[in-house]
Amino acid sequence: MIDVRGEFPALAQRVHDRPLVYLDSAATSQKPRAVIDALSRFYSEDNANVHRGVHALAERATAQLEGARAKVQRFIGAARADEIVFVRGVTEAVNLLAHSFGRARVRRGDEILVTALEHHSNLVPWQLLCREAGATLRVAGVDQSGELRLEELSAMLGPRTRLLAATHVSNALGTITPMAQMVELAHARGVPVFIDGAQAAPHLPIDVQRLGCDFYALSAHKMYGPMGIGVLYGRSPLLEELPPWQSGGEMVSAVSFAEASWQKPPHKFEAGTPDAAAAVGLGAAVDWLQALDRDAAAAHERDLLAYGLQLLREIRGLRLLGPLRERVGVLSFTVEGVHPHDVGTVLDLEGVAVRTGHLCAQPLLHRLGVPAVVRASLALYNTRNDLDALAAALRKVRETFA
Amino acid sequence: MSATARDLYQELLVEHGRHPRNFGLLPSANRSAEGSNPLCGDELVVRLRVRDGRIEEIAFQGQGCAVSIASASMMTEAVKGLAAGEIEALQQRVSALVSGAAEGSLGELSSLSGVSRFPTRVKCALLAWRALDAAISGAPGTVSTEL
Repeated sequence: MIDVRGEFPALAQRVHDRPLVYLDSAATSQKPRAVIDALSRFYSEDNANVHRGVHALAERATAQLEGARAKVQRFIGAARADEIVFVRGVTEAVNLLAHSFGRARVRRGDEILVTALEHHSNLVPWQLLCREAGATLRVAGVDQSGELRLEELSAMLGPRTRLLAATHVSNALGTITPMAQMVELAHARGVPVFIDGAQAAPHLPIDVQRLGCDFYALSAHKMYGPMGIGVLYGRSPLLEELPPWQSGGEMVSAVSFAEASWQKPPHKFEAGTPDAAAAVGLGAAVDWLQALDRDAAAAHERDLLAYGLQLLREIRGLRLLGPLRERVGVLSFTVEGVHPHDVGTVLDLEGVAVRTGHLCAQPLLHRLGVPAVVRASLALYNTRNDLDALAAALRKVRETFA
Repeated sequence: MSATARDLYQELLVEHGRHPRNFGLLPSANRSAEGSNPLCGDELVVRLRVRDGRIEEIAFQGQGCAVSIASASMMTEAVKGLAAGEIEALQQRVSALVSGAAEGSLGELSSLSGVSRFPTRVKCALLAWRALDAAISGAPGTVSTEL
């Protein structure tokens, strides 16, 4: 077992006169002291603009930013550091691809394939691209428990499919998708694959070369890092081929009044001053995760999930959503006769923070026949006590609405 | 003192939330409007039959949290028979009540008073009232809490 709770200052507080029980980590995780200190240290000691300037601080800041890039490269098993593009998060990564890859590769009559598990961030940019390009967005379905129908996905991969854009882990249900098989199916038909790793990165070991994917994106703030920074991984030949997205300073090699030429990747995709402090914070989050005993951490998460499922099954009128196997620590449910919003308010008054609503996955919930749910999501700093507090607070919900 | 669940979920509110009055269609309606809260997915339709400037009949349908449904239910009971000007005055008193700007006795509607301690839920309490306002004024489209 691991015990990291004490490293997270935000957890040591009371809300509504009760100890905070933070079960909303799939929305954003809390940050360990190591990450908070890294941000503070960057601004206290090294702050300068990166990739320009010859002075000492500029060199230190640049070295730190590039050091963070190398840390992320190792964290996700990329072959080269220049395959790591800093972005604001997965949303920006998808928008970058929809613009750049879309412009280069998607034409009238083409198809983009996604799954029914996608967060709005891996759906809406493709909708816009398809509308503009005259392409078609296709959606591979899920069964009632939220598991992907692999045969359906396979059948939808056709001669006009230009990209498979799919999530590694569902934010709404915690479903782990069979990504290795999905990549194999897509590649067998010559279709490149983008993976939304926002919910996977905090829970699963990521190895983009073993997965064989072409693109992979993650958001630092969901994996114990700062907000406002994330990464788009792209295989080097693809990043070389794709046109820039945003343009301006930092991404150019030579500029005249008539034209400009681009830097090589990743800088071609990093116009403007990056959030270098946040990138350094992401590097610190990667260091923090990699210093943990990963087997013990995985065992801790499995134990919490199993314990949580067991506790929730004992609560009358509670309906659990999501698959029985192949899932991470996401507990989504409804309470009979009580709107998720009201459940969320009663839990909050008991000090228990959860997410309620459509979870930015409206089409998925619609397909599962629920307009809104309650989601309790787990992280390494949670304990069995947190889940006991959740169960007790849910009994309070039943009392309030009895 | 810290707020408790019962401050918000007073028994009368819970009861109206579970068993809303005037819930359903109103075939004879001559006015209607939809209200939606995109943040939580609440959606209500308010239908009225107005004659000589007074509400003769009112009904609502939709789905939402206990606060929005209970407020809609109590609203339908409170406004029946009232004229447009009276409804506007009542709406202002309810708005003041749930945002904590004023107290005062409003009959059953007083059970919405706890909302004032929960700023994020004020929109829920006022959703039906905004739809009613739109129905009376004949505004087209859906009124949203986010506009």
